[in-house]
Amino acid sequence: MKPASALPAALKDALIAAAVSAAIFIPLVALRTDVGPTGALTLRTRWPEAALLVGLVFLGRLALVLWTGRRGLRASTAPGPWTQRLQQAGRLAAPAFLALALVLPAIPGVDRYWLDLGILVLTYVMLGWGLNIVVGLAGLLDLGYVAFYAVGAYSYALLAQEFGLSFWVCLPLAGLFAAFWGVLLGFPVLRLRGDYLAIVTLAFGEIIRVVLINWVSLTGGPNGISGIPRPSFFGLPFSMAGGEGTFAGFFGLEPSPSHRVIFLYYLILGLALLTNWVTIRLRRQPLGRAWEALREDEIACRALGINVTTTKLSAFALGAMFGGFAGAFFATRQAFVSPESFTFIESAIILAIVVLGGLGSQIGVAVAALVLIGGTEVFRDLQEWRMLVFGGAMVLIMVLRPRGLVGTRTPSIALGKKRAIGGDLVGEGRG
Amino acid sequence: MTPPILEVQRLTMRFGGLTAVSSVTFAAGQGQITALIGPNGAGKTTLFNCVTGFYRPSEGVIRLHKRGVAPTELQRLPGYRIARAGVARTFQNIRLFPGMTALENLLIAQHGRLMAATGWGIGAVLGLSRYPAAEREGVERAKRWLSATNLMDRADDPAGALPYGQQRRLEIARAMCTEPALLCLDEPAAGLNPRESDELARLLLDIRQEGTSILLIEHDMGVVMRISDRVVVLDHGVLIADGSPAEVRGNAKVIAAYLGEDEEEVSA
Repeated sequence: MKPASALPAALKDALIAAAVSAAIFIPLVALRTDVGPTGALTLRTRWPEAALLVGLVFLGRLALVLWTGRRGLRASTAPGPWTQRLQQAGRLAAPAFLALALVLPAIPGVDRYWLDLGILVLTYVMLGWGLNIVVGLAGLLDLGYVAFYAVGAYSYALLAQEFGLSFWVCLPLAGLFAAFWGVLLGFPVLRLRGDYLAIVTLAFGEIIRVVLINWVSLTGGPNGISGIPRPSFFGLPFSMAGGEGTFAGFFGLEPSPSHRVIFLYYLILGLALLTNWVTIRLRRQPLGRAWEALREDEIACRALGINVTTTKLSAFALGAMFGGFAGAFFATRQAFVSPESFTFIESAIILAIVVLGGLGSQIGVAVAALVLIGGTEVFRDLQEWRMLVFGGAMVLIMVLRPRGLVGTRTPSIALGKKRAIGGDLVGEGRG
Repeated sequence: MTPPILEVQRLTMRFGGLTAVSSVTFAAGQGQITALIGPNGAGKTTLFNCVTGFYRPSEGVIRLHKRGVAPTELQRLPGYRIARAGVARTFQNIRLFPGMTALENLLIAQHGRLMAATGWGIGAVLGLSRYPAAEREGVERAKRWLSATNLMDRADDPAGALPYGQQRRLEIARAMCTEPALLCLDEPAAGLNPRESDELARLLLDIRQEGTSILLIEHDMGVVMRISDRVVVLDHGVLIADGSPAEVRGNAKVIAAYLGEDEEEVSA
């Protein structure tokens, strides 16, 4: 485009953008109701702020269009040079991330705050990887994943409190319970597809939460369950007393509250790596390939003799099981569970991690969890602007990389060299 | 007459008030290529979907006679069991797994066998199974069909990126990887150029040579007349002719159905 004709076109474009933003900002920013001194609502106008925002949009759009041309920013799902570089880097980055994660507690200057943040991020990495089996591989849109997280957490809380079972007994049980509920939900709903499946799973997530609130005699209702036993190091409790039978006493260490945090950190790291390992292994095997085939074309699967129902159920159950493990970990870390921790927003965040990372991509999900969860913590100083930055970043990623950070698929097997498959060819799954 | 591989008896398929297939009886011979032809809307694909388990017929029996096995009544089986019973199919509008490589497509076709070798997933995760050997065998079978369909150099390309003619061939290779006794092809020559049609005809003759019977819906009469051992003609859901290609070609009812002559003229 010639510069002479570029300016009027860009001005027109920027004016349209400003008009759209005015339509949004006038009701949202310029007009505001406050409660007056008498208790009545008073209307306060903030025209300068609204004008400032509209002006920013106008200038920003103008600059963007002049800089890049009208179609400058193009969405891409193809494995462009950028992706290829990322993948080459990914081969190094994944071990590097892993090494960093392994030595994090030993790095000087890493205090309790960083370890707690690490635990939080790893919990979401694990949840993301668990949901990735259901959404990314099998292509079943699950909006109620937090239900399985809740089942795992409450299973551990109740089993540990009522029967005094140790964490290591409860962990597999919590996973099994969650998987059981996954199958229970899966049976009636897996004949549904796409949007319908999403709505039913959403409802399931809410049902579990409402049951947890209202079944007061079992779950303690809105008060939750407190005083959940903390994990022990294979029978050695972490205690500040430092006696014979404690972790510190047994190993002859100075009792320190950070022992437990470090233990919890390695525990969730181990659980997350277990999820990753199982997923990577299964992807190279008939079951994982059948999940991906299901996402690509369900009818063709049936014609090839794949039992669609049991294959979907296995994905659902396995994803739920890892959600249950993560739930049990959550309960033992917090020593307290209540229905408030298992609201829809949790499901939405986990799903956002999977979608932003790239459906089916393990490294993409891990990076997305780090950015989304770690990022919100790091930008805590920005206060109320945090969510704006966060939302803007999400929109930007989705505009530029509609299939997530890693939008390509790596084949599970190859005669020669494995080449990444562009996201535009890979199915998104319709349930 | 050759013993049948597939026996269809008084098959009727109704959709509400519409009878798409009405009391059709025919048999496809063991080791033969049987073509199913007819004008558009004759009920060919409906019949096909009944045989391959995508529709449950309103009435009638579909029996598969595999050598050395008791006959199977296909209409009683759930859809995914049909392939395991020994019937594989392709689709009129190609249904590959576009985001997966050609090789992966062929391995998915061997799902049942490979899955059994993994101990239904559990053993394989733990690394305790015969799976590696089974997978090698599966890859060898896939390679055999890739070279039979002339796709060896495209093995690691995503199926969705292949040209149309290659996608058609890959779909046939995928169906053959299920090791069927009967291969059902829904318009395999549609959209192919003459050279590709010739290659297809040769491929189908090779498949027959190896002992797999073929049931074929096709509009390309050149291909049908050249390779079929037997031609079954449907019109408006009714069987109007059944015989060798030469017999069918001379059949007045068939000519009428295709050219749309008056009923009276034909009966006269």
